Amino acid sequence: MALCVELGDEISVEVNTRVRALEYLIQQKALTGVAETVPTFRSLLVYYDPAQIGYDALCAALGALAERADTAVLPPARLVELPCCYDPEMGPDLVAAAERLQMTPDELVRAHSGAEYLVYFVGFTPGLPYMAGVPERIQLPRLTTPRVKVPPGSAGLGGAQFCIYSVESPGGYWLLGRTPVRLYDPEAAEPTLLRAGDRVRMRPIDRAEFDSIAASVAQRAYAPVIA
Amino acid sequence: MIRVLDPGPQTTIQDLGRAGHLREGIPPSGPVDVRAFVIANRLVGNPDGAAGLECTVMGPRFTVEQVCAIAVTGGEAAVTVNEATAPQWATLVLKPGDTVRVGSARHGVRLYVALSGGIDVPRVLGSRATYLRGRLGGLDGRALRRGDTLRLAPHTGPRRPRRLAAAEIPVLEAEPEIRVVLGPQAERFTEDGLHAFLSSPYAMLPQSDRMGARLHGARVAHAKGHDIISDGIALGSVQVPGDGQPIVLLVDRQSTGGYTKVATVGSFDIGRVGQVKPGQRLRFRAVDVAEAHRLRSEFERSLAQAAGGGVSR
Repeated sequence: MALCVELGDEISVEVNTRVRALEYLIQQKALTGVAETVPTFRSLLVYYDPAQIGYDALCAALGALAERADTAVLPPARLVELPCCYDPEMGPDLVAAAERLQMTPDELVRAHSGAEYLVYFVGFTPGLPYMAGVPERIQLPRLTTPRVKVPPGSAGLGGAQFCIYSVESPGGYWLLGRTPVRLYDPEAAEPTLLRAGDRVRMRPIDRAEFDSIAASVAQRAYAPVIA
Repeated sequence: MIRVLDPGPQTTIQDLGRAGHLREGIPPSGPVDVRAFVIANRLVGNPDGAAGLECTVMGPRFTVEQVCAIAVTGGEAAVTVNEATAPQWATLVLKPGDTVRVGSARHGVRLYVALSGGIDVPRVLGSRATYLRGRLGGLDGRALRRGDTLRLAPHTGPRRPRRLAAAEIPVLEAEPEIRVVLGPQAERFTEDGLHAFLSSPYAMLPQSDRMGARLHGARVAHAKGHDIISDGIALGSVQVPGDGQPIVLLVDRQSTGGYTKVATVGSFDIGRVGQVKPGQRLRFRAVDVAEAHRLRSEFERSLAQAAGGGVSR
């Protein structure tokens, strides 16, 4: 059984922070009967066991926690630095996106890698982060025709959101580059890298460094910088 | 040791699933039809969550290289041991060299094979369940192949062969009635759309899988657009994209999604949805949350007693 707590009807850092704070409070309180939670942009899905807690009692408990759910309750966020190769071969939409934004590809790379992103939540496919923080001057509507296959690690822009594809999947975001780091590795002890609430920065790397990091990743000898 | 001679179209190792990782985008997996899976385990004296096989549409052919017991449950299929017909929903005691064939499902879609001791593969994130799309768990995250060998864990449970009482064997009816709780976005549909959803039959489409049961029938029409801000998808969420055709999300579902959800199928009816064959139809009936909780505890109570009750883990 599950219920969905909606904390707003918009995609914003404010509303999402309350979602993550509510989830954190539930974890801290170890609320009886709550089995699992899934944070998203503006809502928290709460899986519960009705044999342990009734629907009305759960709603009351969640309502009380939601009142206290704000930035103040959250622990400090991690900062994850991900190397990203903005080579047109890795980011097939880089040149077209820059053209559309009336800037040079270099300016677009500087703007994209100069920003700090916030992971709203991880989902859809394993380890895929939906992120806020795309500077207004580089926001673009999604591609009119989504690609059938996007390689994992691809860094994509769509509207005010930035995502990194975690597994090969279809996708409608503008692909600017690619990280050699695996956001999902089914053979790792912890298969997913990013968590809701993480802050993320992209560090531009050239093709040679991409290849060298990809080689260490393949040998499981690479760990991204996490502060 | 079990040697796979022919795996069948999609046979995976499953246990009761991987809880707690949806927030990382990793679904629970596990059997679609939990009741059939658990009963199979009980018939061979296993704990309810021992790893066994889930087969889709058609079962495997395999040889056992040790004394063991198996049970085949779920959909209705011909089972043979060394070419001789053997019963489903019953303990089959095997000796080294015996060959088992589980045929095509005449009724139902998913067949379960429990093996005494349970299949011994490493736990990944706490579970042996296979998540095919994520290449996680089970046997290297994939379906079984010809030539695979499976090791069985030591069997410590009871060894008395049993047969499930006929009254406990599920009837896979032609047009099952599936109970749903309306929401969370039921108000996004027209009155006619909701009426169609609850009054007309929906046929199972062949592209259905462990991620979702895709249905085809009267259009569940939207009142104001089919997209929402992506939110969490529960087990049994009935998503309705722009074409107005419902999709019931199952055990390998995506954790989040941006289509409107008209209703949620109760966990107690997920296994029944999962046994509806392509082309076969089902109907939805709305119940309130209190009724859904009552049906769930009834399901749990009946399962607790099925096949003589569970074996402690």
